[in-house]
Amino acid sequence: MISFSVNKQRVNLDVDPSTPLLWVLRENLGLTGTKYGCGMAQCGACTVHLDGEAVRSCVAPVLRATGKAVTTIEGLSPDLSHPLQRAWLEEDVPQCGYCQSGQLMSAAVLLREKTRPTDEDIDQAMTGNICRCGTYPRIRRAIHRAAEMVAKEGAR
Amino acid sequence: MNNRQSRTGVHRRDFLKLSVAASGGLLIGFHFPGVSKLASAQQSSANTFMPNAFVRIGTDERITVIVNHSEMGQGVYTSLPMLLAEELDADWTKVGYESAPVDPKYNHPAFGMQMTGGSSSVWSGLEQFRQAGAAARAMLIAAAAQQWNVDASTCRTDSGAVLNGSSRKLTYGHLASAAAKLTPPEHVQLKDPKTFKLIGKPIKRLDTPEKLNGKAEFGIDVKLPGMLTAVIVRPPIFGAKMKSFDDSRTRSIPGVRKVVAVPSGVAVIADTFWQAKTGRDALRVEWDEGSMQSFDTGKMMQDFRERVKSPGTSVRNDGDAAAALANATKKIEAVYEVPYLSHLMMEPLNCTVDLRTDSCEVWTGSQFQTIDRANAAKIAGLPPEKVQLHTTFLGGGFGRRANPQSDFVVEAVHVAKAVGAPVKVIWTREDDMAGGWYRPAFLHAIEGGVDASGNAVGWRSRLVGQSIMAGTPFAAMMMKGKDYDPASVEGVDDLPYAIPNVAVESHQAEINVPVQWWRSVGHSHTAFAVECFIDELAALAGKDPYQFRRALLQKKPRHLGVLNLAAEKARWDRPLPKGVGRGIAVHFAFGSYAASVAEVSVTEGKVRVHRMVCAIDCGQYVNPGIIKAQTEGGAIFGASAALYQELTFESGRLQQTNFHTFPVMRINECPEIETHIVESNEKSGGIGEPGVPCAAPAIANAVFAVTGKRVRRLPIRLTEAV
Repeated sequence: MISFSVNKQRVNLDVDPSTPLLWVLRENLGLTGTKYGCGMAQCGACTVHLDGEAVRSCVAPVLRATGKAVTTIEGLSPDLSHPLQRAWLEEDVPQCGYCQSGQLMSAAVLLREKTRPTDEDIDQAMTGNICRCGTYPRIRRAIHRAAEMVAKEGAR
Repeated sequence: MNNRQSRTGVHRRDFLKLSVAASGGLLIGFHFPGVSKLASAQQSSANTFMPNAFVRIGTDERITVIVNHSEMGQGVYTSLPMLLAEELDADWTKVGYESAPVDPKYNHPAFGMQMTGGSSSVWSGLEQFRQAGAAARAMLIAAAAQQWNVDASTCRTDSGAVLNGSSRKLTYGHLASAAAKLTPPEHVQLKDPKTFKLIGKPIKRLDTPEKLNGKAEFGIDVKLPGMLTAVIVRPPIFGAKMKSFDDSRTRSIPGVRKVVAVPSGVAVIADTFWQAKTGRDALRVEWDEGSMQSFDTGKMMQDFRERVKSPGTSVRNDGDAAAALANATKKIEAVYEVPYLSHLMMEPLNCTVDLRTDSCEVWTGSQFQTIDRANAAKIAGLPPEKVQLHTTFLGGGFGRRANPQSDFVVEAVHVAKAVGAPVKVIWTREDDMAGGWYRPAFLHAIEGGVDASGNAVGWRSRLVGQSIMAGTPFAAMMMKGKDYDPASVEGVDDLPYAIPNVAVESHQAEINVPVQWWRSVGHSHTAFAVECFIDELAALAGKDPYQFRRALLQKKPRHLGVLNLAAEKARWDRPLPKGVGRGIAVHFAFGSYAASVAEVSVTEGKVRVHRMVCAIDCGQYVNPGIIKAQTEGGAIFGASAALYQELTFESGRLQQTNFHTFPVMRINECPEIETHIVESNEKSGGIGEPGVPCAAPAIANAVFAVTGKRVRRLPIRLTEAV
């Protein structure tokens, strides 16, 4: 039995501990917002937070989550209210949308660590997330916009 | 209606002549069902008004637009509803979308089958969706007029309501039930474009919210009660046949339910993906490797280089290219080569099937619903109408999910047949990359000459590559009367430059690697060869590459328009910092004109693209926000191929497996991109693909500007440049 929390809910699972967290989230827990893209930590579509850190869940055995807190795209906010989700809406970022869960989860860690990320910070944090549709210019703008929102709202 | 039909018909034929895309292959007949005919096939219910196949209006005011094209990122779930909502005068905040089931009434108006491809959804849906919206509006007005006992002509509509005089107002939701009892009109008046409220505006995409919280359902996300998951071991070499397999270790893996031979290989079926994949890793399969076991792309290109020395099938022959080249003051010859490419959609292929004795349901991200249903029905042993295909969101398509053989659908039906339970077949990234149906490798040998004043006098293009159409069910139709594949030569057969003597010849290579339309199809390589060579000719003539093109495009106003716009916005004449070079390209594809200027630098043999300025003329447009996104995305797609991508085979085996060996441009490599849209009253063209072709030549020409070396092979490797 492996126990951890997902989006603040406790789960106890009887699964092969070597199963990647990605497939446990998707198949055992029905959280299909986290996507499979490569299976080898190359594309970032499977990015989730493990105790607040961005991890590629396609290569993280579920055992690694034991006793930890997992946050997936479904838990980023209950109502699209996270500054990044609002900025993504304002910039109309997604095209096919398949990579966007991973993009948002990577960006969320960046935004927590750097309140006003520079373009270099964005390059560093987001380079592991591939978008085949080419939404990068809007992703960059949306991250800056989210940072501005946080700054404004924080000052209020 | 007849007038309109024939007018758009001409446009469609032009389109087909110029670009045989995914779609082009499938012209079965021009089919434009009248709105009233559609309506008779539809049922309104107590709570909804469904005046035709494309819209449902609820008593709750919700307006659902049924979209007959697949949403793969190109924005059809927004742009097509915009067309309908415009004519309906709907309240945009109440508008939603739904994917159409497979039904002849949702056939592509130009291609006679339900499908998405060829950058055709918006131009082909313009009439269809506007008519549908206008018909619904007329019926709502009639219902209100009846209720108020006034003449319908005294009523007007605004934002989801019918109005009369200064005080009377009934919302569409209120009128839905009454309108549902009326007969759809035979003729409707479409709006004067000057009064458009939605069309032409950068309206935000309707599908964004569900793509930000994990709710959007892609094929890979489908879950059915009792569903199993399968992964397949497919042949390591194209054409190899399974001889035997040993599944003793696989069967001992918990969760594995069945291991079974299917026509495409051996399926491992388990409760979950990871169990199935673990089971597959433990499976041992013996293959009869077949005739492709010695296939090598290096040798293949060497064969192409030999073959191109002899004349090919004539595609175009203006004047006397041979004589013009023989008499030219200066001559140049260049050979351009491009590799096989994977579509590499972010969502790997997958397909879910629930097969029963008298029905079959399929869930997948398809671009080819009619074909997929027919092919699934054959395997299921059912008539097509007993098969329903549910189109999910597509995590990218780029042509791969429009497979003439429905490879990924047919295989899943075979697996479902073997297992007797609902099953989802998931391809790993490696499976997807090795699964074939690539952009074919091509070689272009071009000769050109200029006279003493630097005027281009002759051009001969000869190309070698596989046909996409040959061997498909569409070959007879598309290649009718031609002994070459139009999809191989599109983009060079219509060379726009005013050169008096032009010859284009094609050699068709017969190689057992399955090939398919890849975003922008033939244009993905013809634009590279043509736009790099015109640059080489400019250099030969001692002229500026932009001015040299301008002079040769004086009779091509729309080419000239985008070329000038891109050059002006990029400030072509402004000097660049040392170490930065600028390149330009212009190309027509899928009814639209595109031009790009790229700025690059080269450090230690590595090309860095700093900026791309794109100009696009797609005629009358619907949503400029989506057009910018598609143009930028197309540039990045083209740049990825130009800079990084190549599939190679050795001893019949694909050498690339995943993103580390077949890279995609990442955010840190992505240039600044600007897109400028030409305001135009011309007929609408496509937008999904036209942004791709110019990227490679603009970058390659910029590399020449900064290094003095010509790039003649993609992906760009400076060690090979000449």
